[in-house]
Amino acid sequence: MLCQSCGKNQASTHIKKIINGELTEYILCDQCAARLGYPNVFSDFGFDFNNLLGSFFEDSKPQFMNVDNKRCDFCGSSFADISASGKVGCSKCYDVFIDELMPSIKRIHGNPKHSGKIASFAGKENSLKKEIKLLEEKMRLAVKEQNFEEAAKIRDEIKKLNSKENSKNE
Amino acid sequence: MNKWYEKSGECSDVVLSTRIRFARNMSDYPFPCKLNSNVKSQVANDIKRVLSNKSFANYNFRCLNIASMNRIDTRSLVECHLVSPEFIKKDDSGVVFISSEDNISIMVNEEDHIRMQVMKEGLSLEETYNVADELDNKLDKNLKFAFNENLGYLTQCLTNLGTGMRASVMLHLPALKECGMIEKISSNLIKLGLTMRGLYGEGTEPKGDIYQISNQVTLGISEKTAIKNLNDITMQIINQERNYRKELSKNIQVTDAICRSLGILKTAKLLSNDEFMKLISNIRLGLSMGIIKGTSYDVLNNITIKAQPYMLMKEEKSELTSVKRDQKRAMIMNTNLQNTEIL
Repeated sequence: MLCQSCGKNQASTHIKKIINGELTEYILCDQCAARLGYPNVFSDFGFDFNNLLGSFFEDSKPQFMNVDNKRCDFCGSSFADISASGKVGCSKCYDVFIDELMPSIKRIHGNPKHSGKIASFAGKENSLKKEIKLLEEKMRLAVKEQNFEEAAKIRDEIKKLNSKENSKNE
Repeated sequence: MNKWYEKSGECSDVVLSTRIRFARNMSDYPFPCKLNSNVKSQVANDIKRVLSNKSFANYNFRCLNIASMNRIDTRSLVECHLVSPEFIKKDDSGVVFISSEDNISIMVNEEDHIRMQVMKEGLSLEETYNVADELDNKLDKNLKFAFNENLGYLTQCLTNLGTGMRASVMLHLPALKECGMIEKISSNLIKLGLTMRGLYGEGTEPKGDIYQISNQVTLGISEKTAIKNLNDITMQIINQERNYRKELSKNIQVTDAICRSLGILKTAKLLSNDEFMKLISNIRLGLSMGIIKGTSYDVLNNITIKAQPYMLMKEEKSELTSVKRDQKRAMIMNTNLQNTEIL
């Protein structure tokens, strides 16, 4: 049977919806099902319903179809692992899966911008980054004013700070 | 010297204790859910090394390895609120550092690498926070905490992102319970970013009309603001509870229940924990209403902890059958409430 939406591909997904007692049925192919917001009907069954946290990730399910193969290179978690357990694998996962995690974070906390204490090493890192940004701005200004001697000086300064920053990350 | 859970503090007619907890992770390791027991013990050793620094000497931390402890010792730690019930259920590598005064505990490899908590009797959010803040700063100097400019401290569970702080107060609310107000308060608290739980935290039944209120939101709100919010709301609940108590003191049925409870506690030969928690709640209420004299909140807090099942067994240094426990519990009440009378 062909997909009712595109009429081209072989249908593989049968969707039954009951809204206010009225039954509607669709027969769709994989692509159309995903496009219409029925990404993977069976992904629901992988969730631990006893785990309240699993439900925090509901909104992100459509996205996790596309990122299924992406894994965190530090702890090896995929987003499917995270959403099934409700547990983030490591601090790096927050960089790798930030787009997938953000809807859940917003739902739990509302405001997704930290306010409060700052870890001391992070504070140092931030001040270094800020300094580099400031110098880059100065350099651009110097170039604009055709003050190349000054710009070169600033460029060397930035180089120094950058190497400092890189050595810390290693 | 008495420990915090055996004493009473500010607003002790309603507030039993205050607790501040920080969740922290080290950026060099994946979170505990991704660690095997070998790496978990490395994490524990790293923290142990840091805590042996001179700057931590004043806390006099003792290090307890959960795996090598017996059931009585681990569960009595839960009853004293020094570790979480989930922490002792884990089979491996749980290590906890407890200060000599039992007011600070640092759980290693619970949900996060580090769960440090500071506890104090009565309502004392600011003071308790300052102690926790100081400890956190000292640890921060020696460990590289996982942190992100936007998300704050990074934690295994999204619910703790940001400050990683959970501030909570333990409240005795018999009058609000009696008047059917708990549900209403509880649903209002959720709207304010706070949450209400039973005596031993997440998923536990409230016993003896004791409830825990804590902040739910940790991202986008600073520690100080969260604490101020919790303090303001707690003060409102305290006032409501006191008002309802005034009303209840005119009710002969309530007075009767209090007087009967004292009679049972003074004379019974067997007391189950559930019955005891109900009765002692009435005594607390009676003391605040001025119906009962000859005891204090210190004594009541002290005997409440002593009467918990595993604390009884710890005192006896052996497993006890439930009848033996009920008997011991009754004996403690008989002796400690001997001079308590009805006014």
